[in-house]
Amino acid sequence: MIDYFKRALAADGILTLTIDQPDAQANVMDRHFIDGLEHHVNAALADDAVKGVLLTSAKSSFVAGADLKTLEASLAEPKDAATLYAECRPFSALLRRIETGGKPFACALNGAALGGGFEIALACHYRCAADVRSLRVGLPEVGVGLLPGAGGTQRLLRMLGVARALPLLLQGSQLKAQAALEMGLVDAVVPAEDLLETARAWLLGSPDPTKAWDRKGFRVPGGQSPLEPAIAQLFLGSNAATGAGTLYNLPAPQAILSCLYEGMQLPMDKALDIECKYFVKLNLDPVAGNMIRTLFINKGKADRLMHRPQGVERRVHRKVGVLGAGLMGAGLALVAAEAGVDVVLIDRDQAAADKGKDYARSRLARDVEKGRSTQEKMDATLARIVSATDYALLDGASLVVEAVFEDRAVKAEVFARAEAALAPGAVLASNTSALPITGLASTLARKDAFIGLHFFSPVERMPLVEVIRGDDTSDEALAHALDFVAQLGKTPVLVNDSPGFFTSRFIGAFINEGVAMVAEGVAPALIEQAARLVGYPVGPLAISDEVGLDLAYKGALQRARDGGPGYKPGASVPVISELVVRHGRHGRKNGQGFYDYDAAGKRLWPGLADIWPRAENQPSLEEVKARMLYAQLVDAARCMADGVLLDAADGDVGACLGVGFPAYLGGPFAAMDTLGMPRLIERSEQLARDVSAERYALPELVYQMARSGQSFYGKRALTPPARRKGEAR
Amino acid sequence: MTDAYIFDHVRTPRGKGKADGALAELTPVALAAQALSALARRNDLDTRHVEDLTLGCVVAVGEQGGNIARIAALAAGFDESVPGVQVNRYCASGLEAVNQGAAKVMAGQAGLVVAGGVESMSRVPMGADGGSWAIDPAVAFATRFVMQGVSADLLASKYGYSREMLDAYAAESHRRASVAWREGRFARSVVPATDLLGRVLLDKDEMIRPETSVETLAALKPSFAEMGAKAGFDTVALTRYPEVEKIHHLHHAGNSSGIVDGACAMLIGTLEAGRALGLTPRARIKSFASIGSEPTIMLTGPAPAAARALKNAGMSARDIALWELNEAFSAVVLRFMEAMNVNHASINVNGGAIAMGHPLGATGAMILGTLLDEMERRGQATGLATLCVGAGMGTATILELV
Repeated sequence: MIDYFKRALAADGILTLTIDQPDAQANVMDRHFIDGLEHHVNAALADDAVKGVLLTSAKSSFVAGADLKTLEASLAEPKDAATLYAECRPFSALLRRIETGGKPFACALNGAALGGGFEIALACHYRCAADVRSLRVGLPEVGVGLLPGAGGTQRLLRMLGVARALPLLLQGSQLKAQAALEMGLVDAVVPAEDLLETARAWLLGSPDPTKAWDRKGFRVPGGQSPLEPAIAQLFLGSNAATGAGTLYNLPAPQAILSCLYEGMQLPMDKALDIECKYFVKLNLDPVAGNMIRTLFINKGKADRLMHRPQGVERRVHRKVGVLGAGLMGAGLALVAAEAGVDVVLIDRDQAAADKGKDYARSRLARDVEKGRSTQEKMDATLARIVSATDYALLDGASLVVEAVFEDRAVKAEVFARAEAALAPGAVLASNTSALPITGLASTLARKDAFIGLHFFSPVERMPLVEVIRGDDTSDEALAHALDFVAQLGKTPVLVNDSPGFFTSRFIGAFINEGVAMVAEGVAPALIEQAARLVGYPVGPLAISDEVGLDLAYKGALQRARDGGPGYKPGASVPVISELVVRHGRHGRKNGQGFYDYDAAGKRLWPGLADIWPRAENQPSLEEVKARMLYAQLVDAARCMADGVLLDAADGDVGACLGVGFPAYLGGPFAAMDTLGMPRLIERSEQLARDVSAERYALPELVYQMARSGQSFYGKRALTPPARRKGEAR
Repeated sequence: MTDAYIFDHVRTPRGKGKADGALAELTPVALAAQALSALARRNDLDTRHVEDLTLGCVVAVGEQGGNIARIAALAAGFDESVPGVQVNRYCASGLEAVNQGAAKVMAGQAGLVVAGGVESMSRVPMGADGGSWAIDPAVAFATRFVMQGVSADLLASKYGYSREMLDAYAAESHRRASVAWREGRFARSVVPATDLLGRVLLDKDEMIRPETSVETLAALKPSFAEMGAKAGFDTVALTRYPEVEKIHHLHHAGNSSGIVDGACAMLIGTLEAGRALGLTPRARIKSFASIGSEPTIMLTGPAPAAARALKNAGMSARDIALWELNEAFSAVVLRFMEAMNVNHASINVNGGAIAMGHPLGATGAMILGTLLDEMERRGQATGLATLCVGAGMGTATILELV
C-alpha cells in the first residue's frame, strides 16, 4: 500500500490526516486511497490517545473523485452483481464507521470536493470550507449514469429532506461554498488561512459525535412516509417529470428517486445497503459505462488534444480572422474574443460586418443583464472584435476561419484574398459543414496550411469542433488548428476528408431514414415520437423544417451535379422535392414544412397523408426506432471502414456533442459494442432485407470483427483502418 | 353448477361528495348500514340465512378501513353469524362484490348472500389510501403511470373524439337521468337516506342538472391540462402511444363522473334458498368476467371484459338488448360503443355517473341494479353491465330475466 495520508497527532489528542497523493496534482480515489483511509480510520478509532480527527488535503482540491485510469480499465472487465457489491459495500461501511465510531471527525475542505470526495466529507460530523472561488461541493454522479453509492443519497436525504435533496441529486448540482453553507451542507465558510484552526476549534469543543439520524425519534425533514400527502405529491410529480425528462432511457435518475423513496422508510444502515445495491445495478447497466467512456474519458482525451502531432510547438493564437459575419461567423468572433483573442471580422460590406459584431454585443449584454458578466468585461471583449471589409487587416493573424456561403466560387474568392494578406505559417480554415476540404484547397497556393474547422450552431453554446484534415494538410496546420480549438475551450474531434466528413453524413443518415418513412406512409407522428424515444432531441421531420426544406432540396441538386452518372439520390430526396417544388413548403422559414407553424405552435401538416397515404399496417415503435438508429450505426461503421474516422472515440464524442446522438448510448461505436457484433449484424441484415439493402449494408470490417471477436473498445479493440495506414503522416 | 339469482336490490340516493353534500353527515358505516337495513326490512329477511356479505369499497382507510363489510353488517343489526368481506377492484368494486358473492352461490358454497358497496367520498377522499403505483419510483417507471384524467384525454385524442362529442354525450346523460327520475324509473330501488332522527336527508340523486347543455358545458375548463402538460404526464403517456401526435385535454368536471357518496345492497341466492324464504327471483346472473388491459390508457377494459363475459355465457354482443357502462368519462362510453358496435339508444338509457355521480365502491352494483330495473320495465330479457377500472382493468356481468 502506498500511503496517501500524512498523520500528525497533536498533544491535545487531535489527529490530523492530510491527504497527499505522492507525485500527483490531485488526490484521486484509487485502491491505495481507500485502503489508506480504512487503515487510518480504524487506527484512530482504536487509539485512546486520539480524541478527534481532522481530515484535510495537501492539494488545491480536497479529493478529485474517481481515478480515470482505474475507471477506464474497469469498463473492459466483465462484472457480476455479487462481486461488485462485495467491492463497493465496504467503502460505504467505512464511511459509516467514521460516522458512528464514537469519535468526532471534522473535514476541512480546502478545495473542491465532488462525488466520492464529498461523500467522505458528508460522513464527517463537521465540515468547514475555505472561502476560495474555485471550491465546489456536490454529487455529480448522475451526469455519467451513476449515483453516489457511499451514502451520498442517504445523507443528503436526512440532512435536507426529499424536496431539497432530490434536485441536487437529479441535476448533479455543484455548489459554491456560500450556497453549500446556506443549504446546510457545510457548517462554516472561513478564510483559507483559518480553515484548519476552525476545524480544530470545533473538535476541541467536546462535540457530540452522533448524527441526528442516529438519535432516537429522528424524522427526515419534510416527511418520510409515502402516506404523508406532501411526500406522496412530491414523488408523484417527480416520477412523471423524470420519466418525461429521460424518456426512460436513463436508469440513474430513477435509481436516485428509488434510493430516496426506499431509503426514507428505512433505518440508516439498511438504507445504505439499498443505495449500494442500486449503485451496483447502475454499474452493471451499459449506460453508465458508455456515458463515462464518452463524456468523461474520451472527451477528456479529445480536450487534451490526443491527435495533436508531436514535435510541433504549441501556438497561442493572439489574433485571428473570421471571414463572413453571418450567424456562424458572428458566433465564432464572439467565442474567440471571449477567449481573449483579437478578432478581425470581415464581410463584403461594413454594415454586414457590423451586424456580426452587434450579435456579439447583444449576447454579451444579456450576460451582463443576467449577472453572469460585468460591463467592464463586456467592453473588453467587444473591443477585441474589429468589424471590417479590408482583408489587409488580417496582417499578423495566425489563423483565419472562413464562414461564408456553402458555395465553392464564393469560398475560393475569400480564400484567395485571405491568403494574400496572411503571413506564411498562418492557418487557413474553412467552417464548411460538408464540402470536401481537399477540393476547397485546390485553388490555394499553400494547400498544406488549409484545414476544416467545422463549428456547430450556435457556436457559443455548442461544445464540439470537427477538425477535418485534407490530403495536403500539414502536421503544423493541424497542430495549430487544434491549439485554437483548445484556446476556445471547445472539444475537437479529428476526421479525414470525405463528403459530409463524419457528423454531417452521420446525422444525414438519421434524417434520411425518417423522411423516407413518410413516403412509405408511416404515420409522421410515429416517426417523430420514435426518434425522441430513441433519445434524439428533435425528430427528423422537425430538424428538416429547421434546416429548411428548400436548402435540403438545393443541396440535393448540387450533389446530383457533383456526383456524375453514378450518383443515386437519397431516399428522402423525392419527399423533399415534392414538398418544395409542388407544394411550396420550405420549412420553418415560411411556416410550412412537414409541420404547419403559427402563433399557437406547430402541428404536423395533415396534407402529408394526402400525398403519401397512411399505410394500413403501421410498423411497430421498435421497428421505427431501429430504422433510424441502425441507419446511423451502419453509417458510422462505414466511416470507420473507409478511414474517415481515425478513432472510435472521435466518432462517439462527435456524435454525442455535435449532432444530438443520445448520450446514454455513448455514441454509435459504444452502442455497437453494447449490442455486440453478432446482434448488430443480425438486425442490420434484417433491415437490409426488409427496408433497404443499400442503407443497411454493413462494411466487411464489421464481419471481420465478429469473426475475430473484436470490438471498437476494450481489450480486443480494433485498430481503425485509418490508423493502420499510419495516422502520423 | 348452481344458478345464482337476484331477488332484490336497493341503493341510497347519491349525495354530493363534498363536506356540504347532503350525505356528508353520515359515516360510511351508517351509510352502508342504511342500505343493508332497507334490503333486510323490505324483504322481511331473517339475516341468519345470509351466509356472507361482500361490499366493494375502494378507499378502505380511516373510517372506511379495517373490514367495513363486517362492521356495517353488525351496525345494520344483521345477525352476528353473517361474516363480511371488503373487496377492492377500484371502480368496479361493487360489481366485483356481486360477482364474488354470486360465485360462492354458483359454486354451491352458499345459499344466500348479500353483495353491494359503499363509498363516502365526502369523508374519505380519493387517494387517501396511498398505494405504490404513482408514488414508488420503481413501480411508476416500470408501468408508465399517468393520472387517470390524462388517460381519458389520451383515449379521446387517440380515437379522435372532439370536445363537442364528449360534451354532447354528457348533456344527454343529464337529460336521460332527469327523465328517468321524472318518470319514477328508479323508484323501486332508491331508498331515502335518513339522519339520526329518522328524518329524510336525501331522496333523490343530488348532482343531476337537467338544464345541462353542450353550451353550458363549453364554459368549463379542462381539468387535466396542467397535470398533463406541465407535470410531464402527457409525455409519459405518449411513450406508450407514439402514434398520437399530441394529447388534447378535453375532459372536465362536466363530462367526467361526479364525486358522490352512496351505498347499495343486493340479495343473491339459489332458487331453493329464495323459495324457502318466500323470495321471488328477478334475474339470473348468467356470467361475469374481469380482465386486465394496458394500464397507461387505463380505460379500455370494458370491451374486452364484456367480450369475455359474453364468451363465458356463450353469447355474442347481438344477444344483449340493454347495456350499462359506467360513465367514468365521456370518452370511455364513446369508445365502448365504437368497439362493441353498440347503439347509444341501448346503453345507459337512464343516464349515468356523469349526471348522478360515481361512489367508487358502490357504483358497480348500483348500475347492475339499474340495468335489472330497466330490463324489467322494457321487458328486455338480456343485459350487460360493465365498468372501466383503474390500472387497466375491466369487469362485466350479464343478466337474464327470469
